[in-house]
Amino acid sequence: MKAIKNVGYLLTFLGFAFFIGSVFTGTHKVTTATYESWIQSKNIKSEYFINHTQKAIVDKEISTWELSHIILNQAKASNQYQKSQTKTDWNKIIHLKWNKTSKDFIYPLARASVIGWYSNNISLWFFMTFGLAIIGGLMVFIPDYKLLGPAGIKNNGIFQHSATNRGIIGFITAFFFMAFYVLLYFFPNYIINPILSVNGISHFLSGNDASQWFLYGVMYCSVMTVFAVRMFIKYRHNSYQLLRTTVVLFFQIAFGFLIPEILVAFNKPWFDFKNAWPLNYTFFFDYNINNLINSGHLGIFMLVWGIALTAIIVPIMVYFYGKRWYCSWVCGCGGLAETLGDPYRQLSDKSLLSWKIERWLIHGVLVFATSMTALTLYVYFAHIESWKVIAFGISAYDVQTWYGFFIGSIFSGVIGTGFYPIMGNRVWCRFGCPLAAYLGFVQRFKSKFRITTNGGQCISCGNCSTYCEQGIDVRAYAQKGQNIVRSSCVGCGICSAVCPRGVLKLENGSNTDASRTQVNDILLGNDMDLLNMTKKNS
Amino acid sequence: MKQVIIIGNGIAGITAARHIRKKSDYHITIVSSETKYFFSRTALMYVFMGHIKFEHTQPYENWFWKKNRIDLIQAHVQKVEIASKTLILDNNSSISYDDLIIATGSKPNKFGWPGQDLKGVMGMYSKQDLDEITHYAKDCKRAVIVGGGLIGIEMAEMFASKNIPVTFLVRETSFWNKVLPAQESEMINKHIKEHHIDLLLDTNLIEILSDEYGRAKAVVTDKGETIPCNLVGLTAGVSPNVSFLKDSGIQLDKGVLVNRYLETNIPNIYAIGDCAQQQSAIGERRPIEAVWYTGRMMGETVARTICGTPTKYNPGHWFNSAKFFDIEYQTYGWITAEPKENEARFYWEHTDSKKCLHFNFDKNSKRFIGINTLGIRLRHQLFDKWLTEEKSIEYVLEHLKDANFDPEFYKQYENEIVAKFNIENGTSLKAKKKSWKRIFQTS
Repeated sequence: MKAIKNVGYLLTFLGFAFFIGSVFTGTHKVTTATYESWIQSKNIKSEYFINHTQKAIVDKEISTWELSHIILNQAKASNQYQKSQTKTDWNKIIHLKWNKTSKDFIYPLARASVIGWYSNNISLWFFMTFGLAIIGGLMVFIPDYKLLGPAGIKNNGIFQHSATNRGIIGFITAFFFMAFYVLLYFFPNYIINPILSVNGISHFLSGNDASQWFLYGVMYCSVMTVFAVRMFIKYRHNSYQLLRTTVVLFFQIAFGFLIPEILVAFNKPWFDFKNAWPLNYTFFFDYNINNLINSGHLGIFMLVWGIALTAIIVPIMVYFYGKRWYCSWVCGCGGLAETLGDPYRQLSDKSLLSWKIERWLIHGVLVFATSMTALTLYVYFAHIESWKVIAFGISAYDVQTWYGFFIGSIFSGVIGTGFYPIMGNRVWCRFGCPLAAYLGFVQRFKSKFRITTNGGQCISCGNCSTYCEQGIDVRAYAQKGQNIVRSSCVGCGICSAVCPRGVLKLENGSNTDASRTQVNDILLGNDMDLLNMTKKNS
Repeated sequence: MKQVIIIGNGIAGITAARHIRKKSDYHITIVSSETKYFFSRTALMYVFMGHIKFEHTQPYENWFWKKNRIDLIQAHVQKVEIASKTLILDNNSSISYDDLIIATGSKPNKFGWPGQDLKGVMGMYSKQDLDEITHYAKDCKRAVIVGGGLIGIEMAEMFASKNIPVTFLVRETSFWNKVLPAQESEMINKHIKEHHIDLLLDTNLIEILSDEYGRAKAVVTDKGETIPCNLVGLTAGVSPNVSFLKDSGIQLDKGVLVNRYLETNIPNIYAIGDCAQQQSAIGERRPIEAVWYTGRMMGETVARTICGTPTKYNPGHWFNSAKFFDIEYQTYGWITAEPKENEARFYWEHTDSKKCLHFNFDKNSKRFIGINTLGIRLRHQLFDKWLTEEKSIEYVLEHLKDANFDPEFYKQYENEIVAKFNIENGTSLKAKKKSWKRIFQTS
């Protein structure tokens, strides 16, 4: 069993090594046709740029790094040249920005011109990366069925292992997570070989070439599946965890991945039916609304569905079941956190200070998302071009761009997932997600959901607080005999699972008022003569 | 301003301090030599196993004490001078009090076994014990645990989690069978063995042998067996940690003797928690109860008395819980190992041998007396209510679904349980559907 596990580690590392190694070995050959259609699609007017790049790259075998550098350097040189002219022709200026140039400008050319071993051996390449990593991952986790002994809570050694206790392995993992997101969001031109590994699947599903987002989708689903298997083994005695993991995995694979791709295959808009605004912050962007309106009955349905999801379905469901139905049963971000992130849940900070920071941050993001969307809708209905300055030299487009960059990319991706091994698996959900903030209000003020505390049984051991991914100090409530109703609780159910004394139960009771969290003056079991006491006190 | 000094920063002392602060402005000082800040003793095993870190056992952040004006002194009390109302500390300083609360807890029992003070031989009670166990576990080839109670089985789980082979010496013929009825006890025996623990029942420790460095190298049992090991856990119960009070004038028996107001024979001196001994037992409870929640309840109670509302310590219906490896245990009301004369029992066990319910009720009146549950969680508040209202066994079984506290989507067995009861007792009960209305009904 141990041997199988070790071979599994080896295979996984090999898969990742190939994957990462391929980033450094990309080769490209830009044909004249590819080059010309690229120049046209990017609307490049600078002869200086065309003269200098065409010679350097067309019909030459060059690496991704060279290709990217030539384009970037020549674009800079061209801009300098144009500005040095007595009269600058602004049409010939190439707009450059570090977080946009690579993905919007260089990536399309690099993607279209890739050649080499990888593009000729798609199936083998898929096996060498995804295949090895998935098989290896399963070989690592499945032996735990025997190795961990009889079913039960086996968090043995979690705080004594470098990977799960902010050790060197944890920090290296965090570095790779963050690096991946930076490449994915801002420099996809460097991950074209990894993208090629899923080209076959993309062709099969939608008939299109794989993009970086398709690669991300396949990775997301594979990682979730492998780590869901880990959950199935770890919590095989716990029906709540088994069902929850199955459902959240189903929603990701079906609604987050397959259905949108199949829609594209039928020339319909890519649409994730479970992704609600404001988490899905681009929903009300003009291009999305226009796209949906122009996509026939289905498009209109998607538009109405998206609005109903946020305005009606989400709050009603939270009223009945708490926000867990979304955050830990349906949501894609939650799905990754509950699978890949599960080994890191204990790293969330439980201090009062972090709770304060959390409330400012998450509600700040909700305000940001709401005002950004309000502005977007205003310019949409007022028929103002989104790039037009509205006030203070700022356009709606600027605000959208900032939100997309700081919240959509950096916060939810680079930090949200990158910090799993450092700050726990719900960094985004706890500190940033505007939808979670919205659901939190409903859960806190009008919902049947609570975590019931079982009378006087709590022994203050702290397992519940330690394993709360949202950093809720569950014990602080449990030892007082108070039920837990916190806006941030995503109802993952792990506090209840790790409790050694059967103190906590997630449930949807019949009352929704303050009695949900009533604290008794005296803990259950201590039968003081209350009547007598009130007499004496008054 | 009144000076309240509490000796001991365990659950009893800390609860007293917190409640005194809630009700008064008194000057509160806590003296303990174990650690500066309060931690949960019950969680030490999880620190060893790597489930949590030591800091996670501290229920309050470090700023809590200053903010609530509770002074912490890390020192050992050598002597209590009742005439001058002064404590003499081991750092040669002294402090005086107006009210003194003794909450010094317990210490592990040692019964004069040869070799009991060797290196690598320890109990499992204090932070210092944990540190020592952690140290000696590093090169441990086999651990022997002596004493088949709750701490013993926790210690077995600790070592097993580190893949250290464990031999578990239990004096009784079945695990904890002075408390658990035979069926539950047998279930735990099996579960212990399932975890590859070498369980030796009906076996006593004779001697611990030393190697040339003064560390334990083997134990000898009364069966004539010599078991090589380099770590020995002594977990044959605990007794009140009160030896420092011997000549103080405070009346002692095994613990500090207190009345129902938790007062000792000396005015302004109180004792609570594990170290307190009731002059006469309350109900069927033992005079000394080394249980987490009784410490907490005594803390709540004594705080009221000290703050001007003299309050009797009046523990309600007995309840308790534990975890034996992977099997959770809860109990409400009384169900002793052997049925008493007036008692009838009803036992249900799941085919997986990991879940059971054991009901105790009055043969004639059918009054429900108590329940043991293994592997199924039950609602404390409902059982407390049912015991107070003296419900019948039939009532309890009919409403058992209300009391189920297992996580959602767990398989439920109430119908099966009631069916078995019907067969054995010729009744025709039916388990009623769960009702929130009944669960929330307060009286």
